[in-house]
Amino acid sequence: MVIAFTVNGRAVAVSSAPIQRLSRVLREDLGLTGTKIGCDAGDCGACTVLLNGDPVCACLVAVGQAEACDVTTVEGLAASRSRGASSSVSIGAKLQGAFLAHGAAQCGACTPGMLIAATALLENNAAPDENEVMDAIGGVLCRCTGYRKIIAAILDAGGKRTISPSLEPASGKAVGKRLVRLDGQRKIDGSEIFGADETPAGALAVRAIRSPHHRARFRFTDLAAFVRDHPGIEAVFTAKDVPGRNCYGVITPFADQPVFPNDEALYRGEAVAAVVGETAAVEALDIADLPVIWEELPPLGDIDAALAAGARLIHENRPENILVRGRVVRGDVDKALASADIVAEGSYETGFVEHAYIEPEAGFARRIADGVEIQACTQSPYMDRNDIAAILGIVPEKVRIIPTAVGGGFGSKLDLSVQPFLAVAAWHLGKPVRMVYSRNESIVSTTKRHPARMNLRGGCSKDGKLVALDFAADFNTGAYSSWGPTVSARVPVHASGPYYVPHYRALTRAVHTNLVPAGAFRGFGVPQAAIAQEQLYDELADRVGMDRLEFRILNALDDRTPTVTGQVLGQGVGIRACLEALRPRWKAARGEAASFNLIAVGPLRRGVGVAGMWYGCGNTSLPNPSTVRIGLKRDGRIALHQGAVDIGQGSNTIVTQICADALGAPIERFDLLSADTSITPDCGKTSASRQTLVTGRAAQMAGEKLRREILKLAGACDCASILFDNDGVTVSDGEKAQALRLRDLPLDAHGYVITSEATFDPPTSPLDKDGQGVPYAVYGFGAHMAEIEVDVELGTVRVLKVTAAHDVGRAINPTLIEGQIEGGVAQGLGMALMEEFFPGRGENLHDYLIPSAGDIPPIESILIEDPSPIGPFGAKGIGEQAVIPTAPAILNALHDATGIRLRKIPATPDRVRAAILAAANNKKMEHPRG
Amino acid sequence: MFANAPYTKPRTLDEAVSLLAAGDALILSGGTDFYPALGDRVLRDPVVDVSALGELRGVSRESDHFRIGGLTTWTDVIRHPLPRCFDALKSAAREVGSVQIQNRGTVAGNLCNASPAADGVPPLLALDAAVELASRSGLRRMQLADFLVGNRKTQRRSDELLTAVLIPREVEDAFSAFLKLGARRYLVISISMVAVVVKTDDKGKVLDARIAVGSCSAVARRLRGLEHDLVGVSLRDGLGRLVNAEHLASLSPIDDVRATAEYRKDASLLLVQRALDSCLQNQRLQNQRVENQ
Repeated sequence: MVIAFTVNGRAVAVSSAPIQRLSRVLREDLGLTGTKIGCDAGDCGACTVLLNGDPVCACLVAVGQAEACDVTTVEGLAASRSRGASSSVSIGAKLQGAFLAHGAAQCGACTPGMLIAATALLENNAAPDENEVMDAIGGVLCRCTGYRKIIAAILDAGGKRTISPSLEPASGKAVGKRLVRLDGQRKIDGSEIFGADETPAGALAVRAIRSPHHRARFRFTDLAAFVRDHPGIEAVFTAKDVPGRNCYGVITPFADQPVFPNDEALYRGEAVAAVVGETAAVEALDIADLPVIWEELPPLGDIDAALAAGARLIHENRPENILVRGRVVRGDVDKALASADIVAEGSYETGFVEHAYIEPEAGFARRIADGVEIQACTQSPYMDRNDIAAILGIVPEKVRIIPTAVGGGFGSKLDLSVQPFLAVAAWHLGKPVRMVYSRNESIVSTTKRHPARMNLRGGCSKDGKLVALDFAADFNTGAYSSWGPTVSARVPVHASGPYYVPHYRALTRAVHTNLVPAGAFRGFGVPQAAIAQEQLYDELADRVGMDRLEFRILNALDDRTPTVTGQVLGQGVGIRACLEALRPRWKAARGEAASFNLIAVGPLRRGVGVAGMWYGCGNTSLPNPSTVRIGLKRDGRIALHQGAVDIGQGSNTIVTQICADALGAPIERFDLLSADTSITPDCGKTSASRQTLVTGRAAQMAGEKLRREILKLAGACDCASILFDNDGVTVSDGEKAQALRLRDLPLDAHGYVITSEATFDPPTSPLDKDGQGVPYAVYGFGAHMAEIEVDVELGTVRVLKVTAAHDVGRAINPTLIEGQIEGGVAQGLGMALMEEFFPGRGENLHDYLIPSAGDIPPIESILIEDPSPIGPFGAKGIGEQAVIPTAPAILNALHDATGIRLRKIPATPDRVRAAILAAANNKKMEHPRG
Repeated sequence: MFANAPYTKPRTLDEAVSLLAAGDALILSGGTDFYPALGDRVLRDPVVDVSALGELRGVSRESDHFRIGGLTTWTDVIRHPLPRCFDALKSAAREVGSVQIQNRGTVAGNLCNASPAADGVPPLLALDAAVELASRSGLRRMQLADFLVGNRKTQRRSDELLTAVLIPREVEDAFSAFLKLGARRYLVISISMVAVVVKTDDKGKVLDARIAVGSCSAVARRLRGLEHDLVGVSLRDGLGRLVNAEHLASLSPIDDVRATAEYRKDASLLLVQRALDSCLQNQRLQNQRVENQ
């Protein structure tokens, strides 16, 4: 059926099933891929378009219903004429400009939906207030920004506030500037290419067959007959079709995950086969038609079952179902606790947390001669390359990984998702193949934050000095190893928090279960540990009778005190400064909360909580180098090959800012060549808060080296200056200026006049059997303060304000850093109050809740710059640091407001209310007549 | 996924009920429940897209009732000027999903989808709403409370279309309030929700009270015992304090990912109390407004 309507002012006629979703038609038939698909259920709002001027989810509109209607997508925003607008700039364009200036777009996956929703608001209400803005965007979820910059941008576009647009910094002046992100324009105009946004001509669709059971034996029926009976289906691939090693994993020594298992699925959602064929044929398959027969088997459903004596082993080579243990021991913790003046203890439990990025995994692959090329969203192109090569049984050089823009990753897109299926299918069929995960598929099959069970005891002296901490934790690592070893190793190093703890023991175990693999999620287990340790420190402070913030200041690490691994940092330990920066707001907020509670007659009580954080940047005691290459071109421009994948956090911009200042060239002189294994050297993975530090430092070194090479070429001394002017490059030593005749100079093997390459690997040392050594070269520090209001009758918690102080060493781009902090706070808030994934239940974004715009309070970021001697221009990481202290600060505030200590989070209304009731009952029992 | 599903888009009600007569069609209007319910399934049933039946959209005031056309969207409900007894319905309309959902989702769809957590149901139950169903054999009406029979189950025959919701005008000037409890601010499925409609005499004495609770049983329920106990009570003496657990005994909440059953009971009691007490606040505001005029 031909359906005619108008898109962005242009008349179109499409031939489509009229019941097809409008979102699909816009993207696949009309090529308008600016409209994103996040859930296909109206739960995320990423696909919001205007239908006759009203915002709607395009995934819920049948294209037949759009007949004769007027549709506006992000691609048409800039040009769209407003109803009765008099200004020469359209509302859409104004919003796009404000989004750029405020840093309101990070990964950019929600941005089109946000812009459309905001346009609809401003069309009807030229100058909305904050609540009206929240109401308007409440139906669009964002996982990166914490919404505050989006709200500010919309208010700004409505004329409520203005910020001056940042000007292009002069040569050598980029670091420290609020530079608009260099990839920003394509994120706000819809032209950014994410995993699902390109489809090679003639691409076949790949669909995985996934286990519906937590554990199941399976066998296939006649696959050849199945293919024969289904026109358009070309093949079904299973374990026997994996040409190389049917095993992969992010940490090679622990690799244990098959592309497809042979006969037993170890978790619900595990792929056991992939059907490949024409898109229509694949989509027409009913689940019941799939050629597989399942036999459900009893699963090991939790840590207790997996650790029980005699429990079946999920992996034969891992006794007791323990994947790995972690250990850091210093001093004599038992003795110190026995003699401590004050001892407190506690047990805490956290659940699975879903990353819930707005972009589900997607990509395509094609066979190129005796190799393959995979374009997909990923955080780790070089790791993908090695694993795919092993899976196909070819050398890594035959695999090219082209990362697309990543619509949020937060750790989960470090692991392979679509890539192995695409690789195997493209390899065998010799045709391009494409795979796009549904939201359900993304949630059931990709990694989660590890559920943790933590027990700890801590002791301090009468005057509040910490003397000992004994910490033990089990992490539910799920069916396969993924990043379980990293979590187990990182947590013992960090569970002290950023404080001097002379006697310390932290023991961890990662335990296999028949559940979805737990992997990397912003903080690698440290956010869980902080929930336990920071609440324990509050209890100790209370027992000492000391202010909870002052207790932390008293115990804060400094340049000379050793960490729990015996490392003395010497410089750049900004935790005390962070805590002290909170002091004014802390005092004021505590006073305000106390006054509020004193006169409160209704059910509302206020509370204030604080928590500290430290976090090592980069791999734990393991090499993780980055190599950056820059080339001077004949036209005087500079090619920057940097392989750090920008997952929204801003590395494209940060790395360029660093390199520009190291070289002394203006930003606009750079041509970015981002992460592609065929054109950029290895910059490692985007994780562990390492890109600013490691790739940034490599970019700084490469920039400085190019500067020296240019001076050498000109025969000038080191003190000479380089001018990147209109026509080329001029070297001036004060007396004479020499313009380099770049066009006449020969090109090197890389095709540049001069190529400069530098590698940086942060200096660390291996940890000994007690975990002593130098696990990280640089740490980020921070502290958050949460002010909350609790409805003690309903158990609901509203966060009123978060103040976040972070020692970032040097703020390369304050806007981007604030963006990381605000996004981290939002994820921490979600973890504290609403997020828990139950495998098999609620595998969608309406049962699994992440914070909406209305849940995030104003966030005040305080940036402390205590420079690291190792980081570029002193900079440290911020990505994971930002999420760690929020949840414990909120939970401490909950205790402050109500007196309850939640042992199991998230603090959902039912749990909070139950704890309040239990506390009241206990009181009654203690004082029966009171 | 959709290629094989026959699709028709009738322009008149007659045409629509003819297309539904075979009894094998799925009805599509706003799509906000239709598509999410599909999941991964392949659609093969015929689809009758009723969204073009303009005659079924809009709100009108008849002699003894209000008529809300089945295709009226939640945004329409919010925007249409309505008397006070509809305040609860309007509040609920603002809580249906998001603005995007309210722009598409229809009143009929919300009722026919029959989710235990349908935001529109408690206010309409409290308004004693009836539904009108059309088929080729004619129209029939029944009380909404009878129409909804279970989780995702209604008395709609597969050849019928819900054409309108009818609300008697007898409580037009009554106070009404709606409270929804969820774990986040927007786009949330409720843990519990409560709608109250309270009509008083000019001295503030309750003449008629209707209270409905949603998300705490397969179908949202009226609390008849409480309604009975409130008649004759003066608003000024406080209605909330008269509510006790007995009054909510007919609810049968479950444990799910959102909350425990026990909490649902506890919180619902509180929401009922708060919703009833908000009537008094409303009355005070109302009186102030009158005095100020």
